[in-house]
Amino acid sequence: MIEGILIGLTTALTLQNILMVMVGCFFGTIIGMLPGLGPMTAIALMIPITYGFDPATGLILMAGVYYGAVFGGSTSSILLNAPGVPGTVATSFDGYPMAQQGKAGKALAIAAWSSFAGGTLSAIYLLFMAPSLSKVSLSFRSPDYFALMILGLTAIAAFSSKGQFLKAMMMVVLGLMLASVGQDSLSDITRFTFNNMNLTDGISFVLVVMATFAMSEALTIILKRNDPTSAAKQVSLTELGSIKINKEERSKMYKTIPRSSIIGFLIGVLPGAGATIASFLAYGMERNVVNDEEKEKFGKGSVNGLSAPETANNAACSGSFVPMLTLGIPGSGTTAVMLGALLGFGVQPGPRLYMTNPEIFWSIIMSMYIGMVILLILNLPLIPYIARILAVPKNYLIPLILFFSVTGIYVMSFNNFDIYLMIGIAVVATFLRLYDFPMPPLILAFVLGGLMEENLRRSLLLSNGSWEFLWDRTLTAFILLTTILIIIWHVYKTMFKKTNN
Amino acid sequence: MNINTTKIISLLFFIFSAFYLYTAYQIQVFAFDENAPFNARTFPIYLGYAGLFFSGLKVVLPEPYTIKVDHKNLEYKKTVILIVIAIIYGATILKVGYFLTTSLFLFSSYYFLGERRWVLMFLLSFPFVAAFMYLLHGILDIYLRDPFLQSIGVMG
Repeated sequence: MIEGILIGLTTALTLQNILMVMVGCFFGTIIGMLPGLGPMTAIALMIPITYGFDPATGLILMAGVYYGAVFGGSTSSILLNAPGVPGTVATSFDGYPMAQQGKAGKALAIAAWSSFAGGTLSAIYLLFMAPSLSKVSLSFRSPDYFALMILGLTAIAAFSSKGQFLKAMMMVVLGLMLASVGQDSLSDITRFTFNNMNLTDGISFVLVVMATFAMSEALTIILKRNDPTSAAKQVSLTELGSIKINKEERSKMYKTIPRSSIIGFLIGVLPGAGATIASFLAYGMERNVVNDEEKEKFGKGSVNGLSAPETANNAACSGSFVPMLTLGIPGSGTTAVMLGALLGFGVQPGPRLYMTNPEIFWSIIMSMYIGMVILLILNLPLIPYIARILAVPKNYLIPLILFFSVTGIYVMSFNNFDIYLMIGIAVVATFLRLYDFPMPPLILAFVLGGLMEENLRRSLLLSNGSWEFLWDRTLTAFILLTTILIIIWHVYKTMFKKTNN
Repeated sequence: MNINTTKIISLLFFIFSAFYLYTAYQIQVFAFDENAPFNARTFPIYLGYAGLFFSGLKVVLPEPYTIKVDHKNLEYKKTVILIVIAIIYGATILKVGYFLTTSLFLFSSYYFLGERRWVLMFLLSFPFVAAFMYLLHGILDIYLRDPFLQSIGVMG
């Protein structure tokens, strides 16, 4: 492991990669602060640029964007009660009241230190857990992988939006259908191309991400007459106050951070869960753990109440890398985008990644830590200035997002068919978003589509066409049983709620 | 059963899944693969059935949360204009080239979104695209074909 850490440090500490983490954190903070534009959009916009670098640098840049976006989301939660990303909703419960009491600077500092500590601790957990998990997952066979992918897709559908499980499952199927367009990987037979040569290679992953996130979010903002930059205009006018944390507040944080980081990390590892659930759980747990006097302060500017969700959401970000790096199966929409980008680089994440590409594996882990340090050193003092940059009017912001989307697609294919296809998918996605059809399950399914088919193919061929492979191994049967229980529970909930009504 | 837009979307998805399933059955596979445990049409066929299953359930089962969209408050005009501008961008980029098309795309988007600060609009379109093009073409070494710049001798 020491050798791996050194490889990671050597790769991550090159001037270019440090610069990439800085750019990523800065850019991510800006996008994360804008309510409605989350880390997935930020990463999607970055993908075409990352293809100009080697895979390690590209991934380091994306990891920086991810952390920056989560940090940016916390800032708008604290200052405006307008969370930039769902994972920072719980941050606003105590962060915003604190800001209203004239302690905005202190709230931001607590959030930044908690994020730093949560991220650092979880990077350490990841450091120890990922290689061991990789070794364990080497014993996984195709049926296990197939079952795991179904579980991952079902779980993300279950957690993606409240009461919308069937909608999310429809999006999963749509994502898999989109992934099936083009040549079959084994026989080279073309499928669903309708004799269009442009579809022979299938639909590009970047195109689907850009269309369903960047472009459709820009169109949704215009359609709904939202102005994400209005929040930023208020931030620049806010008096932040001191960013110093006193001894008493520090001692409270010392107790909160370790327990919240463990919760955050473990929830992040679970497929489909992630920063949002982690932060709510940590907040709830913290409220139960503290004494009655402190409990009274929750919702009114409690240090523990702010520190817990902030620690947990950052820890969950690191945790979500575990299934992606060790199994090659992303646990969240954001890591799905990163997995897609890695596949685009020709790198296959999974249990062998840390053996075949140790520089990528370890540099990602190391860059997480570097990202945390940069967020703390650079972003905290720079928040008021970043907020001023953000006060770019919507009339400029939207065309620029559209510009990065279409340019991103054009420079990857030099083909106007892809531009039309992206516009078409973006229009459909915008319409679906209006009716609360979630997009992350679609992306995860699109990324996993090829791998899923491949593992099903191997499983069916090995078992001579029999579906017994699903229950032959205890592990496969257990994973599948969990999936079935999730589906039954959510369908039952849908029916039961209506009966109650 | 309450018919709302979500149900209509689900019904459309059901029809789409049926079409997908029909097309999946039409996929031509090699003769020796026809009776193989797995061929090019196996996975799409399962997907088609999964689509029918979930969208069918959505149509039939009661709706726990009804989504109401106030269409009167939606900004359709500007959204459609932006989409049309993007389509025109796609239609012209290969013939005209990256620089001019992208700059005009940005400039017209600012204009139709209601911006009238001409100098800022210009700065955030033509020079901005030139700088971005330099980043891609000059620094990241990503080739950008541009007949317009070639015709005026700026690009080789």
